[in-house]
Amino acid sequence: MTGRRLAAVAAGLLVAALLLLLPLTLRPYGLYLMSLWAVLTIAAMGLNLTLGYAGQVSLAQGAFVGIGAYAAALLTTAGWPLGAGLLLGVGLGLLVGWLLGYPALRVQHHYLAFVTLGANTLVFLVLRNEDWLTGGVYGIAAIPRPTVLGYPTDHPLAFYYFCLGVLLLVGLGLGLLLRSPWGRAFEALRENPVRAESLGIDTRRYTLLAFAIGSAVGSLAGAIYAPLVQYIDPSPFALGLSLALLLMVVVGGAGRFFGPGLGAAIAVLLPEWLRFSEGLYLILYAVLVILVLVFLPSGLVGLADRLSARARGEGR
Amino acid sequence: MSNVLQLLLAGLATGAIYALVAAGFALLWQTSRAINFAQGEFVMLPAFFVLAGTEWLGLPFWVAALLGLLLALLLLGLLFKRVIIDPLLPQGVLPVVIATIAVGILLKESVKEFYSAEAQPFPALTPGGNIDVLGAVLSLQDVAVLAVAGLAILAMQLFLGRTRLGRMMQATAQNPEVAEILGIPTRRMVLYTFLLNAALVTLASILISPVYLAKFDNGETLGLVAFIAAIVGGFNQVRGAIAGGFLVGVVDNFGAAYVSSDYRTGILLLLLIAVILLRPEGLWGRAEERTV
Repeated sequence: MTGRRLAAVAAGLLVAALLLLLPLTLRPYGLYLMSLWAVLTIAAMGLNLTLGYAGQVSLAQGAFVGIGAYAAALLTTAGWPLGAGLLLGVGLGLLVGWLLGYPALRVQHHYLAFVTLGANTLVFLVLRNEDWLTGGVYGIAAIPRPTVLGYPTDHPLAFYYFCLGVLLLVGLGLGLLLRSPWGRAFEALRENPVRAESLGIDTRRYTLLAFAIGSAVGSLAGAIYAPLVQYIDPSPFALGLSLALLLMVVVGGAGRFFGPGLGAAIAVLLPEWLRFSEGLYLILYAVLVILVLVFLPSGLVGLADRLSARARGEGR
Repeated sequence: MSNVLQLLLAGLATGAIYALVAAGFALLWQTSRAINFAQGEFVMLPAFFVLAGTEWLGLPFWVAALLGLLLALLLLGLLFKRVIIDPLLPQGVLPVVIATIAVGILLKESVKEFYSAEAQPFPALTPGGNIDVLGAVLSLQDVAVLAVAGLAILAMQLFLGRTRLGRMMQATAQNPEVAEILGIPTRRMVLYTFLLNAALVTLASILISPVYLAKFDNGETLGLVAFIAAIVGGFNQVRGAIAGGFLVGVVDNFGAAYVSSDYRTGILLLLLIAVILLRPEGLWGRAEERTV
């Protein structure tokens, strides 16, 4: 047991050093990729709460990233601080996510997947068609980067540390949430809703909460995405992003705390390694997902657990 | 009045194609509890098999179409069942949902990568031109689509309802345990439904591609619309899914003409949400106990 804890601490230190020190050596494009990784990880962590812990499929996470991004973009270009955009985005995410949870009370699995997919399409249509608010297909340009505690984050390195800080806060918050009675209730909901209900857990309330909180975290990611790219239009928030986020969660390991970070890292890095052929990475990613599902139902993080268990000669 | 009739007939023509796809959805669901999120991409793909046959191999259209059907039966029927559904189904519905989403992405991106990212013209079944039906102008193409899809649906219903093999498949769909006890080789029947689905999507692909052009991302809308059709009509009845297909085709056409063409998918989604909340078994479906 101590050997295992030691290994975990060592791995944690290595990742921390990588996240803190590696960016110092990177050029702006590398910093952009690492910031993007942080944003995608936050969004995937939100989905992991809904899907991995509470067991409710959502194919609308990309739309929530969009809602957050537009909230932040609209307010900051109108002269408000990013904090206001964050609050509005998260508030909208909570509200819409709560509403999206209602169909989940009636239907499960595939029905739910299609209802949330439909919701994603609806949000996309609104973003594209309501020009007076969202600028339609022309989008919103010149989104300013925030000033955090008096420090401007215009430099890519400063903005990356801002993203990393938000990621840490979100991770801390979700970690605490999952250890709280609410987190236990979410897992009970996934494992056996009938038994959960009979133990006095209000499954109705927790289903809605799982959707609302997971979606709000997605919107939070969007609110940071907008100042990262500084120009948004509706196209990134179509169905593709929702599917990509879902695949990230599954590849990393649904219901594993560090799964989304790993899944997002693969999703960001794979296209870079496969530069010689654009588009091929999605093909490989899809194949990877199928292989993971067939051979490693607990995802890559689960594989790491299994390998370390085998290395110590224990069966699982 | 003639305008309304025109929209109705054109809507029925597209609806007939949706009905084919939705019926395939419902068949797979009934016999194997597998839900195919790649169904839209399944419709997109055979058109490219045909195009590869005519463009790369220089085959005549009908030979290429047969080749496309064979490939579809092999890849979208047999291989899909053996490689994706069989290993994952015991793990529950969710892994199947996610795996078929991945299959959809795989098919879409493969077509984009290895054939073309551009929309491809596809040979039509009939020459262009219009005919007059009670004052409504209808394209010959729509008439042909309506006729071919209508015949295919009729043939499928006769096959499922009147032939021994079809009835064995129906029995497997309705109650696998009892069917097994009655001596029906249920495993083979499940395989047959996957093959039937592959044939249905191939036909749908050949019918719809001349209208919308063959493009790698056609599957997104098609899959969504076909699923809406299946849910609205009734997922657990092939008949319900077919009716849903026609209904969705007509509603889509009228919605685009009279309400808003910007939000045409949105109108269908509202229909879907209303049906799910008010009548989850579908307009023509039979109620099922909720699984837990």
